[in-house]
Amino acid sequence: MALTGLDIFKQLPKTNCKDCGSPTCLAFAMAMANGKASLDMCPHATEAAKENLGAATAPPVRTVKVGVGEQEIVMGDETVLFRHDKTFYHPTAIAIQIPDTLSGAELDAKIEKVNGLVMDRVGQKIAIDMVAIVNASGDAATFKAAVEAVAAKANFALLLAADVAGLEAAVPAVAAKKPLLHAATAENWEKVVALAKANNCPVVVKGNGLDDTAALVEKVAAQYKELVIDFGNTQQAKTLAEMVNARRLAIKKKFRPFGYPMLACTIATDAKEEIVEAATYVAKYASIVCMKVDEKPLLLPLMAWRMNIYTDPQKPMTVESKNVYEIGAVGPDSPVYVCTNFALTYFAVEGEVVASKIPGYIVAVDTDGASVLTAWAAGKFVAEPIAEFVKNIGIMDKVNHNTIVIPGYVAIISGKLKEKSGYEVVVGPQEAAGIPAFAKARYPHLMK
Amino acid sequence: MATNMLKEKYSGKINTVTLGATKEQGGTRTSTVTVGGESTMPFLQFEGDMPLKPVVAMEIQDINPGWHPVLNQVYAEVMDCPVAWAKKCVEFGADMIYLKLAGAHPDNGDKSPEDCAKIVKDVLAAVGVPLIVVGCGEDEKDNAVLPVVAEAAAGENLLIGCAKQDNYKSVAAAAMVHKHKVLAASPLDINICKQLNILISELGLAADNVLIDPSTAALGYGIEYTYSILERGRLGALSGDKMLSQPVICQVGYEAWRAKEAVATEEDFPNWGNQADRAILWEAMTATGLLQGGAHVMVLRHPEAVRLVKKNAEELMVKAEI
Ligand code: B12
Ligand code: SF4
Repeated sequence: MALTGLDIFKQLPKTNCKDCGSPTCLAFAMAMANGKASLDMCPHATEAAKENLGAATAPPVRTVKVGVGEQEIVMGDETVLFRHDKTFYHPTAIAIQIPDTLSGAELDAKIEKVNGLVMDRVGQKIAIDMVAIVNASGDAATFKAAVEAVAAKANFALLLAADVAGLEAAVPAVAAKKPLLHAATAENWEKVVALAKANNCPVVVKGNGLDDTAALVEKVAAQYKELVIDFGNTQQAKTLAEMVNARRLAIKKKFRPFGYPMLACTIATDAKEEIVEAATYVAKYASIVCMKVDEKPLLLPLMAWRMNIYTDPQKPMTVESKNVYEIGAVGPDSPVYVCTNFALTYFAVEGEVVASKIPGYIVAVDTDGASVLTAWAAGKFVAEPIAEFVKNIGIMDKVNHNTIVIPGYVAIISGKLKEKSGYEVVVGPQEAAGIPAFAKARYPHLMK
Repeated sequence: MATNMLKEKYSGKINTVTLGATKEQGGTRTSTVTVGGESTMPFLQFEGDMPLKPVVAMEIQDINPGWHPVLNQVYAEVMDCPVAWAKKCVEFGADMIYLKLAGAHPDNGDKSPEDCAKIVKDVLAAVGVPLIVVGCGEDEKDNAVLPVVAEAAAGENLLIGCAKQDNYKSVAAAAMVHKHKVLAASPLDINICKQLNILISELGLAADNVLIDPSTAALGYGIEYTYSILERGRLGALSGDKMLSQPVICQVGYEAWRAKEAVATEEDFPNWGNQADRAILWEAMTATGLLQGGAHVMVLRHPEAVRLVKKNAEELMVKAEI
């Protein structure tokens, strides 16, 4: 199915004009064959070439965007079925529902709560991504009012879920925010898609099972391609099976009708059950999970799961190991903590040094992004390299003491490290979370 | 059946392994647990078999481990007594009990092999579900303890471990002699996982006597590595690699309950909200995430996490019409 570089080259102007950024048409063709360039980058491509190459070289899952500016969410453009094959690119958006049966102060309180679903973990801001206003009232005017109220205050992109009358009433006023419309169905798709097209908004196509949905998407896509697929979740195992089949067909067979981002609404009614249900859809290909739960302690684990599934498996995230990190108003008597340059390790430690309220220095030994024990096991976080690293980075010239604190999990290296470095080696707690208590006990006089 | 489908054809399948033995089978269990047997990726029953659902083992220890406050609250009355603790877990719905002999550790009481064996016998007498027994983690001590335990519980068809690449012989041999299954643990490396299975099979233990833990990492702390190793291992097994076809056990509770998100109090982290809720879900989510990778036995601590994981597994086991 896939075209070779040569197949593509034959269709190009062969002028080597470089306008595409590639040195030659052939180089450009090769880049395109590898999925690294797309035909719209060549301003001289003929209509015939576009026709011939467009479909064959388009990415297997179309990129669709919802929202504008800071609130914009990019979905799709995934290329593999398993994250270990390359990586997953665009993390599943979490959409939280607000029913339009709320109004006035109740609605305001709900919007405020949903806006507050923003947290920090390991140095990263994590948040929900969308607010879904649901036409639970069944009344178009009520829906319109709720949508406008939410649109005015919400910090996130919008998903509008209603029937034709509700959408027709509400969409024009908030079209500039590029909401996602839910949903075009077998019964109403002509009107809903026309509305989406007229207002330049992406639209969800909701079918009933694989075949029915494929047929509906084909009809819609002939007119408009800014779309997202919803198989209409009625059963977790069924939705999993449908999304797996759809994504397999899109990626392995370039089956166009399934070459779009997918959305799944959770069906569990218990808030905790909703969260574990959503884990399935995050793992298996949903670009949006739409849910009712709006509690931070419950959403935190789901957001962490999403973060993990969408990390690049090819290289761990690292922090710069050339820096001496100064946490708070450090002085010559501040403690010196030694960790690795794996971003997760560093931020875990940094967060706790901040929390300890005792200013401190952190140095992140270059372990090629390995965690403490992984690096220890690989011989990268052991006495010699640590001694050398700490010496070279010059941290001990900044302090008036001779002590370094090492993670508790590598207590075993402390003797040898002391011997190699001449420093006083203090074994800290095993988990970074123990650092505040450790620091308060050891350096009470340095409390800020 | 839909026509727009893409079913994969696999040549291999996961081994079926039974744990525990009833009276007729030479043990004293009132129930046994069988896992494995899949010929597809997790829960995709439209293209292959998934005859058995994932199960939950609940963790207890022989000495009071002083766990997380949320767990201590649940188990306060039983944590000093493994027998009472095991019974409580069965009430909470444990399919199996996972007993860690932490008190055998030289720094932790240095219990004798005979004392350890007695505890195992007592727990066996108190509950009817199959038992998983793991050592304290100190290789030398485990080599002394586990064979004695294996002998004392001969015929019970325990899952016993951990066998590791550089320390597998004594536990695997004891399991072979006394008819138990082996828990083979490897450090997130598919080649080591496979190598260890080969080493164990070379001792003469048939492949369906082994469960593997390819290293469990907690949600937020490396779970993605475990998840991808599980997927890769499963694909290997389905393509016919017998040395990757062992069912998977994930030691979830230990990892999840030390995560910062479980440990931090609401007072210190008001923006993360209720500590118990998030800690319980940290455990449940670590487990359900790994279920998607293909895990078979989840070792858990909190009863609410147990409920959530079992419910989720049940929903996923429904044979959906698509
Ligand atoms: C994910 C993982 C991997 C990933 C790498 C991830 C990475 N970027 O490092 C991969 C798959 C590549 C891997 C490979 C290996 N791994 Co590995 N891996 C893990 C795993 C599952 C999680 C590690 C992790 O990310 N932890 C999260 C981070 C944040 O933890 P951390 O760095 O320790 O930091 C915490 C604390 O130490 C503390 N802290 C950190 N710094 C400081 C500083 C101070 C001053 C203080 C007080 C505290 C503190 O705070 C943090 C949060 O609490 C662990 C097992 C486990 N469940 O923990 C095994 C583990 C670490 N790996 C292990 C091994 C053996 C290996 C290999 C050598 C296996 C092999 N032969 O292939 C290789 C080595 C690879 C190499 N050559 O570099 C062993 C270590 C041996 C041991 N202790 O017995 C472990 C423990 C698994 C096991 N049970 O056997 N691994
Ligand atoms: S812009 Fe088009 S014509 Fe010019 S070099 Fe690139 S591919 Fe060739």
